Amino acid sequence: MSKSKVRDMMKNEINAGSMADIAFLLLIFFLVTTTLVEDSGITVKLPPWSTEEPDITKLKTRNVYSVLVNAQNQLLVRGQVMRVEELRKNAKEFIVNPTARPDYAEKPKNALIMLKNDRGTNYATYITVYNELKGAYNELWDDMSSRKYGVAYSEDLPVAWKKSIKEEIPMVLSEAEPTAFGKEN
Amino acid sequence: MAKFIKKRGKGSPGINTASLPDIVFMLLFFFMVVTKLRDAELKVRVVTPFGTELTKLEEKSLVNTIFVGRPVEKFQAIYGTKPRMQLGDKFAEPVEIPLFLERFRVKIPEAQRPKITTSLRVDGKVTMGIVQDIKTELRKANQLKINYSTKKRPDAL
Repeated sequence: MSKSKVRDMMKNEINAGSMADIAFLLLIFFLVTTTLVEDSGITVKLPPWSTEEPDITKLKTRNVYSVLVNAQNQLLVRGQVMRVEELRKNAKEFIVNPTARPDYAEKPKNALIMLKNDRGTNYATYITVYNELKGAYNELWDDMSSRKYGVAYSEDLPVAWKKSIKEEIPMVLSEAEPTAFGKEN
Repeated sequence: MAKFIKKRGKGSPGINTASLPDIVFMLLFFFMVVTKLRDAELKVRVVTPFGTELTKLEEKSLVNTIFVGRPVEKFQAIYGTKPRMQLGDKFAEPVEIPLFLERFRVKIPEAQRPKITTSLRVDGKVTMGIVQDIKTELRKANQLKINYSTKKRPDAL
Protein backbone atom coordinates (compact mmCIF):
# COMPACT_ATOMS: atom_id res chain seq x y z
CA MET A 1 0.00 0.00 0.00
CA SER A 2 2.72 2.37 0.92
CA LYS A 3 4.49 1.59 -2.38
CA SER A 4 1.56 2.79 -4.47
CA LYS A 5 1.61 6.05 -2.57
CA VAL A 6 5.14 6.76 -3.76
CA ARG A 7 4.12 6.09 -7.32
CA ASP A 8 1.28 8.52 -7.02
CA MET A 9 3.74 11.22 -6.09
CA MET A 10 5.71 10.62 -9.30
CA LYS A 11 2.87 12.12 -11.24
CA ASN A 12 3.78 15.45 -9.79
CA GLU A 13 5.96 17.85 -11.74
CA ILE A 14 9.65 18.10 -11.15
CA ASN A 15 10.31 20.73 -8.58
CA ALA A 16 11.53 23.78 -10.47
CA GLY A 17 12.14 25.90 -7.43
CA SER A 18 15.89 25.62 -7.72
CA MET A 19 15.86 26.62 -11.37
CA ALA A 20 15.94 30.27 -10.50
CA ASP A 21 18.94 29.68 -8.28
CA ILE A 22 20.78 27.94 -11.07
CA ALA A 23 19.86 30.71 -13.46
CA PHE A 24 21.19 33.34 -11.10
CA LEU A 25 24.32 31.35 -10.54
CA LEU A 26 24.96 31.34 -14.26
CA LEU A 27 24.11 34.99 -14.53
CA ILE A 28 26.59 35.90 -11.83
CA PHE A 29 29.21 33.65 -13.37
CA PHE A 30 28.92 35.44 -16.70
CA LEU A 31 28.85 38.81 -15.05
CA VAL A 32 32.09 38.13 -13.27
CA THR A 33 33.97 36.45 -16.09
CA THR A 34 32.99 38.58 -19.05
CA THR A 35 35.68 41.04 -19.87
CA LEU A 36 35.00 42.91 -23.01
CA VAL A 37 37.95 44.42 -24.76
CA GLU A 38 40.92 43.48 -22.67
CA ASP A 39 42.65 46.68 -21.77
CA SER A 40 46.38 46.45 -21.77
CA GLY A 41 49.14 48.84 -22.51
CA ILE A 42 52.39 50.41 -21.47
CA THR A 43 52.06 51.93 -18.03
CA VAL A 44 54.01 55.11 -17.52
CA LYS A 45 54.45 57.39 -14.55
CA LEU A 46 54.65 60.99 -15.66
CA PRO A 47 56.85 63.41 -13.78
CA PRO A 48 55.01 66.06 -11.76
CA TRP A 49 54.44 69.35 -13.52
CA SER A 50 57.03 72.00 -12.93
CA THR A 51 57.98 75.06 -14.87
CA GLU A 52 61.62 74.85 -13.93
CA GLU A 53 63.99 73.48 -16.47
CA PRO A 54 65.77 70.40 -15.18
CA ASP A 55 69.45 70.95 -14.61
CA ILE A 56 71.29 68.55 -16.83
CA THR A 57 74.71 70.11 -16.50
CA LYS A 58 75.49 67.93 -13.47
CA LEU A 59 75.13 64.79 -15.52
CA LYS A 60 78.11 63.22 -17.13
CA THR A 61 77.74 62.79 -20.83
CA ARG A 62 78.75 59.15 -20.62
CA ASN A 63 75.73 58.37 -18.46
CA VAL A 64 73.16 59.95 -20.74
CA TYR A 65 71.59 57.86 -23.45
CA SER A 66 69.84 60.33 -25.65
CA VAL A 67 67.24 59.08 -28.09
CA LEU A 68 65.89 61.59 -30.56
CA VAL A 69 63.02 60.82 -32.88
CA ASN A 70 62.34 63.26 -35.66
CA ALA A 71 59.24 64.00 -37.67
CA GLN A 72 60.33 61.50 -40.32
CA ASN A 73 60.27 58.82 -37.63
CA GLN A 74 64.04 58.38 -37.76
CA LEU A 75 66.08 57.67 -34.68
CA LEU A 76 69.22 59.41 -33.56
CA VAL A 77 70.79 57.63 -30.63
CA ARG A 78 73.75 59.38 -29.04
CA GLY A 79 74.42 61.21 -32.26
CA GLN A 80 74.17 58.17 -34.46
CA VAL A 81 71.39 57.05 -36.73
CA MET A 82 69.92 53.78 -35.56
CA ARG A 83 67.13 51.44 -36.54
CA VAL A 84 64.44 50.67 -33.98
CA GLU A 85 65.33 47.00 -34.14
CA GLU A 86 68.81 47.67 -32.76
CA LEU A 87 67.66 49.97 -30.01
CA ARG A 88 66.90 47.39 -27.34
CA LYS A 89 70.23 45.59 -27.61
CA ASN A 90 72.16 48.82 -27.75
CA ALA A 91 70.35 50.26 -24.75
CA LYS A 92 71.00 47.15 -22.72
CA GLU A 93 74.67 47.27 -23.57
CA PHE A 94 74.81 50.92 -22.63
CA ILE A 95 73.15 50.39 -19.26
CA VAL A 96 75.10 47.33 -18.15
CA ASN A 97 78.34 48.22 -19.91
CA PRO A 98 79.82 44.71 -19.64
CA THR A 99 83.06 45.64 -21.39
CA ALA A 100 83.58 48.74 -19.26
CA ARG A 101 83.66 51.11 -22.19
CA PRO A 102 84.55 54.63 -21.16
CA ASP A 103 81.70 56.15 -23.15
CA TYR A 104 78.94 53.95 -21.69
CA ALA A 105 77.22 54.24 -18.33
CA GLU A 106 79.46 54.02 -15.26
CA LYS A 107 76.94 51.88 -13.40
CA PRO A 108 73.39 50.87 -14.29
CA LYS A 109 72.38 53.08 -11.37
CA ASN A 110 73.77 56.16 -13.07
CA ALA A 111 72.32 55.51 -16.51
CA LEU A 112 69.72 57.94 -17.71
CA ILE A 113 67.70 57.67 -20.85
CA MET A 114 66.64 60.89 -22.43
CA LEU A 115 63.86 60.61 -24.94
CA LYS A 116 62.99 63.51 -27.12
CA ASN A 117 60.58 63.51 -30.02
CA ASP A 118 59.09 65.97 -32.41
CA ARG A 119 55.51 67.13 -32.48
CA GLY A 120 55.34 65.62 -35.93
CA THR A 121 56.56 62.19 -34.83
CA ASN A 122 54.17 59.38 -35.46
CA TYR A 123 52.54 58.11 -32.29
CA ALA A 124 53.11 54.51 -33.33
CA THR A 125 56.84 55.19 -33.71
CA TYR A 126 56.98 56.84 -30.32
CA ILE A 127 55.27 53.86 -28.73
CA THR A 128 57.62 51.45 -30.48
CA VAL A 129 60.64 53.36 -29.20
CA TYR A 130 59.24 53.59 -25.70
CA ASN A 131 58.37 49.92 -25.84
CA GLU A 132 61.92 49.00 -26.81
CA LEU A 133 63.44 51.07 -24.02
CA LYS A 134 61.07 49.58 -21.49
CA GLY A 135 61.80 46.17 -22.96
CA ALA A 136 65.52 46.71 -22.43
CA TYR A 137 64.95 47.38 -18.75
CA ASN A 138 62.51 44.51 -18.44
CA GLU A 139 65.10 42.15 -19.87
CA LEU A 140 67.76 43.46 -17.51
CA TRP A 141 65.45 43.04 -14.54
CA ASP A 142 64.64 39.57 -15.76
CA ASP A 143 68.33 38.65 -15.96
CA MET A 144 69.05 40.02 -12.54
CA SER A 145 66.03 38.39 -10.98
CA SER A 146 66.91 34.97 -12.35
CA ARG A 147 70.49 35.39 -11.21
CA LYS A 148 69.61 36.47 -7.70
CA TYR A 149 66.39 34.66 -6.98
CA GLY A 150 66.07 32.07 -9.71
CA VAL A 151 62.76 33.35 -11.00
CA ALA A 152 61.89 35.64 -13.86
CA TYR A 153 60.97 39.19 -13.04
CA SER A 154 57.31 39.94 -12.68
CA GLU A 155 55.12 42.33 -10.78
CA ASP A 156 54.15 39.49 -8.43
CA LEU A 157 57.60 39.17 -6.88
CA PRO A 158 57.94 40.09 -3.20
CA VAL A 159 58.23 43.81 -2.71
CA ALA A 160 61.68 43.52 -1.14
CA TRP A 161 63.01 41.64 -4.15
CA LYS A 162 61.57 44.11 -6.59
CA LYS A 163 63.01 46.94 -4.57
CA SER A 164 66.48 45.49 -4.50
CA ILE A 165 66.37 44.87 -8.24
CA LYS A 166 65.17 48.34 -9.01
CA GLU A 167 67.73 49.84 -6.70
CA GLU A 168 70.44 48.17 -8.70
CA ILE A 169 68.95 49.02 -12.09
CA PRO A 170 66.52 51.89 -11.75
CA MET A 171 64.64 52.89 -14.84
CA VAL A 172 65.25 56.57 -15.30
CA LEU A 173 63.63 57.78 -18.44
CA SER A 174 63.33 61.48 -18.89
CA GLU A 175 61.27 62.96 -21.63
CA ALA A 176 62.27 66.34 -22.90
CA GLU A 177 59.84 68.88 -24.27
CA PRO A 178 59.39 67.94 -27.91
CA THR A 179 60.64 70.02 -30.78
CA ALA A 180 58.18 71.45 -33.26
CA PHE A 181 59.90 71.15 -36.61
CA GLY A 182 57.72 68.57 -38.27
CA LYS A 183 54.26 68.96 -39.66
CA GLU A 184 51.41 67.78 -37.49
CA ASN A 185 48.48 66.08 -39.07
CA MET B 1 3.86 -6.30 -15.11
CA ALA B 2 0.56 -4.59 -15.04
CA LYS B 3 2.03 -1.86 -12.97
CA PHE B 4 4.49 -0.88 -15.70
CA ILE B 5 1.85 -0.69 -18.38
CA LYS B 6 -0.21 1.53 -16.20
CA LYS B 7 2.64 3.97 -15.81
CA ARG B 8 3.28 4.27 -19.54
CA GLY B 9 -0.38 4.72 -20.23
CA LYS B 10 -0.43 7.99 -18.36
CA GLY B 11 1.73 9.63 -21.07
CA SER B 12 4.58 11.99 -20.56
CA PRO B 13 3.90 15.11 -18.60
CA GLY B 14 4.39 18.33 -20.59
CA ILE B 15 7.75 20.01 -20.40
CA ASN B 16 7.88 22.24 -17.42
CA THR B 17 8.16 25.82 -18.49
CA ALA B 18 8.35 27.32 -15.06
CA SER B 19 12.06 28.02 -15.50
CA LEU B 20 11.67 29.73 -18.83
CA PRO B 21 11.20 33.19 -17.35
CA ASP B 22 14.34 32.69 -15.33
CA ILE B 23 16.37 31.84 -18.38
CA VAL B 24 14.92 34.72 -20.31
CA PHE B 25 15.68 37.10 -17.48
CA MET B 26 19.17 35.74 -17.25
CA LEU B 27 19.78 36.43 -20.91
CA LEU B 28 18.18 39.82 -20.55
CA PHE B 29 20.38 40.78 -17.62
CA PHE B 30 23.43 39.46 -19.41
CA PHE B 31 22.84 41.55 -22.49
CA MET B 32 21.87 44.56 -20.44
CA VAL B 33 25.12 44.43 -18.57
CA VAL B 34 27.18 43.78 -21.67
CA THR B 35 25.74 46.71 -23.54
CA LYS B 36 26.07 49.00 -20.57
CA LEU B 37 29.70 48.16 -19.99
CA ARG B 38 30.68 49.06 -23.50
CA ASP B 39 32.51 52.32 -23.82
CA ALA B 40 30.77 55.42 -24.97
CA GLU B 41 30.16 55.62 -28.67
CA LEU B 42 33.47 56.18 -30.37
CA LYS B 43 33.44 59.31 -32.44
CA VAL B 44 37.05 58.96 -33.43
CA ARG B 45 38.78 56.11 -35.19
CA VAL B 46 41.31 54.47 -32.92
CA VAL B 47 43.65 51.72 -33.99
CA THR B 48 46.12 51.35 -31.17
CA PRO B 49 49.72 50.48 -32.06
CA PHE B 50 51.49 47.27 -31.14
CA GLY B 51 53.77 46.68 -28.19
CA THR B 52 55.36 43.87 -26.25
CA GLU B 53 55.95 45.21 -22.76
CA LEU B 54 52.35 45.33 -21.68
CA THR B 55 50.71 45.55 -18.33
CA LYS B 56 47.07 44.71 -17.93
CA LEU B 57 44.75 47.31 -16.53
CA GLU B 58 43.18 45.92 -13.40
CA GLU B 59 40.15 47.42 -11.75
CA LYS B 60 38.24 49.02 -14.56
CA SER B 61 36.39 51.26 -12.13
CA LEU B 62 39.62 53.16 -11.51
CA VAL B 63 40.38 53.75 -15.16
CA ASN B 64 39.29 56.70 -17.21
CA THR B 65 39.92 56.83 -20.90
CA ILE B 66 40.91 59.51 -23.34
CA PHE B 67 40.49 58.74 -27.02
CA VAL B 68 42.48 60.43 -29.74
CA GLY B 69 42.08 59.89 -33.44
CA ARG B 70 40.52 61.17 -36.60
CA PRO B 71 36.77 61.74 -36.44
CA VAL B 72 34.76 58.94 -38.02
CA GLU B 73 33.19 59.66 -41.38
CA LYS B 74 29.84 60.93 -40.21
CA PHE B 75 31.48 63.59 -38.08
CA GLN B 76 34.05 64.65 -40.64
CA ALA B 77 31.71 67.21 -42.19
CA ILE B 78 31.52 69.08 -38.88
CA TYR B 79 34.83 68.35 -37.22
CA GLY B 80 37.13 67.87 -40.19
CA THR B 81 39.75 65.17 -40.52
CA LYS B 82 42.35 66.51 -38.11
CA PRO B 83 42.96 64.24 -35.09
CA ARG B 84 40.66 65.15 -32.24
CA MET B 85 40.30 64.13 -28.66
CA GLN B 86 37.22 62.48 -27.24
CA LEU B 87 36.41 62.73 -23.54
CA GLY B 88 33.51 60.64 -22.36
CA ASP B 89 31.14 60.70 -25.29
CA LYS B 90 31.96 64.04 -26.86
CA PHE B 91 34.76 65.83 -28.63
CA ALA B 92 36.85 68.02 -26.38
CA GLU B 93 39.95 70.16 -26.28
CA PRO B 94 42.93 69.33 -24.04
CA VAL B 95 42.04 72.26 -21.72
CA GLU B 96 38.91 70.39 -20.67
CA ILE B 97 40.91 67.50 -19.24
CA PRO B 98 41.26 68.81 -15.64
CA LEU B 99 37.48 69.12 -15.29
CA PHE B 100 36.97 65.68 -16.77
CA LEU B 101 39.47 64.18 -14.35
CA GLU B 102 37.96 65.99 -11.38
CA ARG B 103 34.49 64.75 -12.24
CA PHE B 104 35.85 61.23 -12.33
CA ARG B 105 37.85 61.67 -9.15
CA VAL B 106 34.97 62.74 -6.93
CA LYS B 107 33.16 59.49 -7.64
CA ILE B 108 36.04 57.40 -6.29
CA PRO B 109 36.61 56.87 -2.55
CA GLU B 110 39.47 59.00 -1.34
CA ALA B 111 41.67 56.06 -0.38
CA GLN B 112 41.63 54.73 -3.91
CA ARG B 113 42.22 57.99 -5.72
CA PRO B 114 45.99 57.57 -6.05
CA LYS B 115 45.31 54.38 -8.01
CA ILE B 116 43.35 56.12 -10.75
CA THR B 117 44.87 55.42 -14.13
CA THR B 118 44.25 57.35 -17.30
CA SER B 119 44.25 55.14 -20.34
CA LEU B 120 45.29 56.91 -23.51
CA ARG B 121 43.75 55.18 -26.46
CA VAL B 122 45.48 56.91 -29.30
CA ASP B 123 45.45 56.04 -32.96
CA GLY B 124 48.86 54.94 -34.20
CA LYS B 125 48.83 57.36 -37.12
CA VAL B 126 48.33 60.45 -35.01
CA THR B 127 51.34 62.71 -34.56
CA MET B 128 52.78 63.43 -31.14
CA GLY B 129 51.69 67.09 -30.98
CA ILE B 130 48.21 66.45 -29.61
CA VAL B 131 49.46 63.63 -27.41
CA GLN B 132 52.04 65.97 -25.93
CA ASP B 133 49.37 68.59 -25.18
CA ILE B 134 47.32 65.96 -23.42
CA LYS B 135 50.30 64.77 -21.42
CA THR B 136 51.04 68.32 -20.35
CA GLU B 137 47.46 68.78 -19.19
CA LEU B 138 47.58 65.50 -17.29
CA ARG B 139 50.76 66.55 -15.55
CA LYS B 140 49.25 69.90 -14.65
CA ALA B 141 46.18 68.14 -13.26
CA ASN B 142 48.48 65.86 -11.27
CA GLN B 143 47.16 62.73 -12.94
CA LEU B 144 50.51 61.03 -13.39
CA LYS B 145 49.59 57.38 -13.75
CA ILE B 146 48.89 56.79 -17.39
CA ASN B 147 48.72 53.85 -19.69
CA TYR B 148 49.36 53.98 -23.40
CA SER B 149 46.87 51.48 -24.70
CA THR B 150 48.57 49.02 -27.02
CA LYS B 151 47.79 45.68 -28.51
CA LYS B 152 50.02 42.68 -28.06
CA ARG B 153 52.25 42.23 -31.05
CA PRO B 154 51.55 38.86 -32.64
CA ASP B 155 55.25 38.23 -33.22
CA ALA B 156 58.29 39.69 -31.54
CA LEU B 157 60.14 42.48 -33.29
